[in-house]
Amino acid sequence: MGLKILTEHINVPGIETLEVYRKHGGYKSVEKALKTMSPDEVVEEVKTSGLRGRGGAGFPTGMKWSFLAKPEGIPRYLVCNADESEPGTFKDRWFMEKNPHALIEGMITSSYALGANTSYIYIRGELLFVLRILEKAIAEAYAAGLLGKNILGSGYDLDLHVAPGGGAYICGEETALLESLEGKRGNPRNKPPFPAVKGLFQSPTVVNNVETISAVPWIVNNGGAEYAKIGIGRSTGTKLISASGNINNPGVYEIELGVPVEEFIYSDQYCGGIWKGKQLKAVVPGGSSVPILPANLILKTAAGEDRLMSYESLSDGGFVSGSMLGSGAFIVFDEDQCIVRNTWNYARFYHHESCGQCSPCREGTGWMEKVLHRIEYGHGHQQDIDLLVSVAKQIEGNTICPLGDAAAWPVASAVRHFRHEFEWHINNPKEATAPGAVYRGQLDAVTA
Amino acid sequence: MAKVTIDGIEIEVEDGTTILQAARKIGGKVVPPAMCYYTPLKGSGGKCRVCLVKVTQGSTKDPRPMPKLVASCITQVQDGMVVENSTNEDVLNARKGIVEMLLINHPLDCPICDQAGECNLQDLSYEHGISAQRFEEERRTFNKVDLGPYIQLHMTRCILCYRCVYTADQVTPERVHGVLGRGDAAEIGTYIENMVDNEFSGNVIDVCPVGALTDKTWRFKNRVWFTKPMDAHRDCPTCSGKVTLWTRGEEVLRVTARKDQYNEVEEFICNTCRFDTKEVKDWTIEGPRHIDRASVISANHYELPVVNVPIVPNLPTSTKKNLPQE
Repeated sequence: MGLKILTEHINVPGIETLEVYRKHGGYKSVEKALKTMSPDEVVEEVKTSGLRGRGGAGFPTGMKWSFLAKPEGIPRYLVCNADESEPGTFKDRWFMEKNPHALIEGMITSSYALGANTSYIYIRGELLFVLRILEKAIAEAYAAGLLGKNILGSGYDLDLHVAPGGGAYICGEETALLESLEGKRGNPRNKPPFPAVKGLFQSPTVVNNVETISAVPWIVNNGGAEYAKIGIGRSTGTKLISASGNINNPGVYEIELGVPVEEFIYSDQYCGGIWKGKQLKAVVPGGSSVPILPANLILKTAAGEDRLMSYESLSDGGFVSGSMLGSGAFIVFDEDQCIVRNTWNYARFYHHESCGQCSPCREGTGWMEKVLHRIEYGHGHQQDIDLLVSVAKQIEGNTICPLGDAAAWPVASAVRHFRHEFEWHINNPKEATAPGAVYRGQLDAVTA
Repeated sequence: MAKVTIDGIEIEVEDGTTILQAARKIGGKVVPPAMCYYTPLKGSGGKCRVCLVKVTQGSTKDPRPMPKLVASCITQVQDGMVVENSTNEDVLNARKGIVEMLLINHPLDCPICDQAGECNLQDLSYEHGISAQRFEEERRTFNKVDLGPYIQLHMTRCILCYRCVYTADQVTPERVHGVLGRGDAAEIGTYIENMVDNEFSGNVIDVCPVGALTDKTWRFKNRVWFTKPMDAHRDCPTCSGKVTLWTRGEEVLRVTARKDQYNEVEEFICNTCRFDTKEVKDWTIEGPRHIDRASVISANHYELPVVNVPIVPNLPTSTKKNLPQE
């Protein structure tokens, strides 16, 4: 088993309680940071660690923190984005449920580094049971003097609140999240200004993912340089991967970045191979918003090298032959899965979740869904395939927030790599719409 | 001050000016279209995406191009910025796509729509659209809603530009309508079909770029191009009282606020001026309204045709040579 940073004690009975968590080294980073380090030193350690945002975008965390404006007399905020709701992504929910104090410890250490005296965990409203676990853990932390006034006698004050959202996917976008947290409709804001300058309540704000914040205590305890030694290249540290689909061992795995994809899929340590010994057809490596890759391209890069579980390796070849690590939601499709149906399913999700604020996303996501629905149910025309590509292109890059891209990429990549499957659906509507029908032709991935 | 070059024309503008406003200072084809941006409404813009432009050079300090097209109405200029609007193929293609998206659910009922002739979407489609629609699914339709005695909401035509929402929020004393639902199921609505009832509610009609919010006192009375727009004023205790009367013969068919060439009101007016004072004797007539925006109304023969290229008076001589010839 590789090095575990976030999940080392995750299966210890009672780890969700403060007592057990502290017995296993919990809250050491708070003591160390608040008593022996300046906020800037904590930021420097995070910079040195090379930690990148684990919510999907992979932006360097230390750099994001250093962008935070520090005007006199204006509060600063840290907001934890726990609004996890992308299809296939379930790592944060699992982590918060199992080990809530790890997140709270990360929130305290990170808030101290950023000079925030009030912080929020914005959680998806449906995760009521996780919210209660967090609230209980926060109450314990307050009682132990780890939150509130003069934490551990250091003179630093922090109030931590959990805010449940209304259950909209768009509220996972950082500016929509801030709007929602302010009690408004969860529509993304135009950028600039970025949240680091004008965020929550018009104040400088950092929004980080649960996993990102939870990695900070280890970095403070062990040093950024130690963290940077883990992983590969600019993909440092470990990553939680939520693996699902047609695999023998679905679940959440903490991996050292750089594990070969082939090993991740077939090793018993991780996914344990394809369910019922079937053939691998395709993988969505980073959540439903990233491009899908056929079997040959997920195992090897276009240059023939082993594809690794890292930010760089998974995006190698751009969107033509690559994808993204994204949120680390690894969805595996075996030979019995219909790509058209799956693409339609994703399109339905993005159509349903578009906030409707900007025209290309509002109208385009619905349009793609309708065309895919038509193809899936045997009413497609040959020109529909190019229409899908064209609509996806009209959306991509032209919207206020990345939801437009998230809706366009799965469709564009599915057509790029599995065009023959769409053609088969259109040319053989009777066969294609029969129950359990699936295209069994050759997987000739297009890489040009 | 910042020097910015748009479609090869250099202009110096104050810091904080947006690309759109800088382009409007130059005028002509350099100006990107705008469906959701409305100068008098704070916070508007960035939604319709028709004003997307390509920034090929960020600034003198950082000359890298911006990776994506940017919304010109909300992007501030930087010194040394170079922008392409009508000269960039990617921009024109993106705009074509967005016009197509905007027309997906918008009914092409211009022949019976009261906004015909002064509809921004009509002008936009004419200039940037394509002749055929590729959308063959069923369009979204809504029942018409009466928002009180003066305003009718025809949501089917709405392109969700949010202008009326900002107007209700910023101009009227109480906000009773907004956006309900999300995605393409979003709609402008008043909670449980309330009526919009306040002294400035009529302004939502003026800011609507399409025929979604219409004046019930004017509906189906005439075509706008058959009417004669006259500037007039009255001593109004509530607003400036400066309006445009849309007359036919001695009859005042409609009263609106005065709008500039970008279809933006100069001053918001009250409902009394707009709906209740429709006799010529109520007004002091100033003379024919000069309408110089690209519209069928301009085709009337009140005065000589206007060339729609307001050139910035203090442009350097070297720059003037590069101005497009109309």
